Amino acid sequence: MSAALQTIALEKRFGGLTATDKVSLTLRHGARHALIGPNGAGKTTFVNLLTGVLPANGGQILLDGQDVTRKGQIERARLGMGRTFQINQLFGAMTPVESIGLAVSERMGGGSDFWRRVGTRSDILNEIAELVERFRLTEVMDQPTRLLPYGKQRLLEIALALASNPRVLLLDEPAAGVPEAERAELLETLGELPRDVSILLIEHDMDLVFAFADRITVLVNGALFAEGSVAEIMADRRVQEVYLGSEEHD
Amino acid sequence: MTDTTFATPLRAEPAGIERRAARDLLRRSRCKPAEILFWLAAAASFFLLPDRHLLLSEIAILGLFALSLDLIIGYAGVVSLGHGAFFGLGAYVAGLTSIHLTGEPLAGLALAALAAGLLGLLTGPLLLLRASDLTRLMVTLGVAMLLLEAANRAAWLTGGADGLQGVMIAPLLGRFEFDLFGTTAYAYCLIVTFVLFLIARRVVTSPYGLSLRAIRDNALRARSMGIPVGPRLLAIYAFSAVIAGIAGALLTQTTMFVSLDVLAFHRSADVLLVLVLGGVGYLYGGLIGAIAFKLLQDWFSALTPQYWMFWMGLVLLVIVLIGRDRIDALPRAILRRIRKEGRA
Repeated sequence: MSAALQTIALEKRFGGLTATDKVSLTLRHGARHALIGPNGAGKTTFVNLLTGVLPANGGQILLDGQDVTRKGQIERARLGMGRTFQINQLFGAMTPVESIGLAVSERMGGGSDFWRRVGTRSDILNEIAELVERFRLTEVMDQPTRLLPYGKQRLLEIALALASNPRVLLLDEPAAGVPEAERAELLETLGELPRDVSILLIEHDMDLVFAFADRITVLVNGALFAEGSVAEIMADRRVQEVYLGSEEHD
Repeated sequence: MTDTTFATPLRAEPAGIERRAARDLLRRSRCKPAEILFWLAAAASFFLLPDRHLLLSEIAILGLFALSLDLIIGYAGVVSLGHGAFFGLGAYVAGLTSIHLTGEPLAGLALAALAAGLLGLLTGPLLLLRASDLTRLMVTLGVAMLLLEAANRAAWLTGGADGLQGVMIAPLLGRFEFDLFGTTAYAYCLIVTFVLFLIARRVVTSPYGLSLRAIRDNALRARSMGIPVGPRLLAIYAFSAVIAGIAGALLTQTTMFVSLDVLAFHRSADVLLVLVLGGVGYLYGGLIGAIAFKLLQDWFSALTPQYWMFWMGLVLLVIVLIGRDRIDALPRAILRRIRKEGRA
């Protein structure tokens, strides 16, 4: 059986700089996989390669066994590649209900429907209600997104990605910038994400990584540095040196 | 707007959530009392101001033209400084139709719409290559200039600088003759504008319209959600071109004349000014802006025939500097103060 997402010797160069250096990574079905690495390790470049924001210079990307290396951003999204952004990318003037409704209706192929009034399809309303509740957005569901507290915006960021019903979900630092008071709610929601979605978590926050992931890949200078279960990575002395506890060594 | 002030239960049952979601989604397409009032006033103007039908026709045409621009600027975030290209093309096609094919006004309207829509489909992709506002302004301006020069050169077809002679429009529906006072013309313009407004309103409150607003707000996110940004923008651009073309055709048919002036730069600039005057992104901006623009123009040019452009410019500056939202909030603020003093 093929993996949910696989990269084979994926490469990206910016001039003389190699941002992604022949990275081969396998994301199993239903995975909770974390990608960590120090600043500048090339984590965000890697996500941009996977989602098609940047074209790769070499290697392959397989989504559920299908080669998507040459496909564009929109097509990959339609094939089931979902993502959230490190910095919120939301629709500020729209309400959470409208944003989620848009994602749901686009997935159901109703997005180019120009003669139906928005809000008249009960199957879509049903899914909106479910997502709104799952992501704890009920209280703020009909307020403009730009007025929501940051934690709620962060939740909406993930809700939008999940509303497209992705097979693979790339979470780019989902907890970044969330104030302490709103953190628990976010972590809880992350823990409750459906098991059939395979998730790659890109994160700085080690507490979150240890709580969420069952497998960890470490990226250093754009290249694969180590990979293993949480326990293996925690025990790996090389990883500790470059990343986890480097300052404890001096 | 007031919905948010209601206290909401912390955990509503799913059916309740669905109902609230439906209400939120339907909020934009719901017909507001002010809208009915607006169109009743428009209909009333036909009966109450019989001696101003010529001016009113001009307002309706300019309003429709500005509405078409609002579709791309206000709803899709695509700016244009050359929307006059579609207006002018529609005007010429309507004129040529009456000379070479038929004087029937509705046929001219349909052909003008078709031609303008095709031009929109052909030139639209140029706007998608580089999605920056500055490039879009330049590309649209360039297309409009090319069209103006083409019309100027093709004198055998367009009459060049002399204008197109011999435009004759048959009675509307075979019954209503276009008269000197513009009575038929105004009824015609008003009804066409109203029908196209309804269609445009339907489109912008559809799921397709929602996706346009999403693209305007954040194209990056829209793409990552799998929304085909390019085709969606192209479709609204062509639709907007169709409406602009119809507005141009209305001008030809109601004045029975076309000249290069319909393709001139000031058309594109004026319509942008009208839209800014009325406000973008709610469809009425173009219509209200056209009323304000034409009335101010009428008033200023009666007051100071030479310097009316100066006063127009000043009004525009003041409106832009004060900001639309503050102007929109003014009536409500005054009302609140009156109520407060009434209570005290």
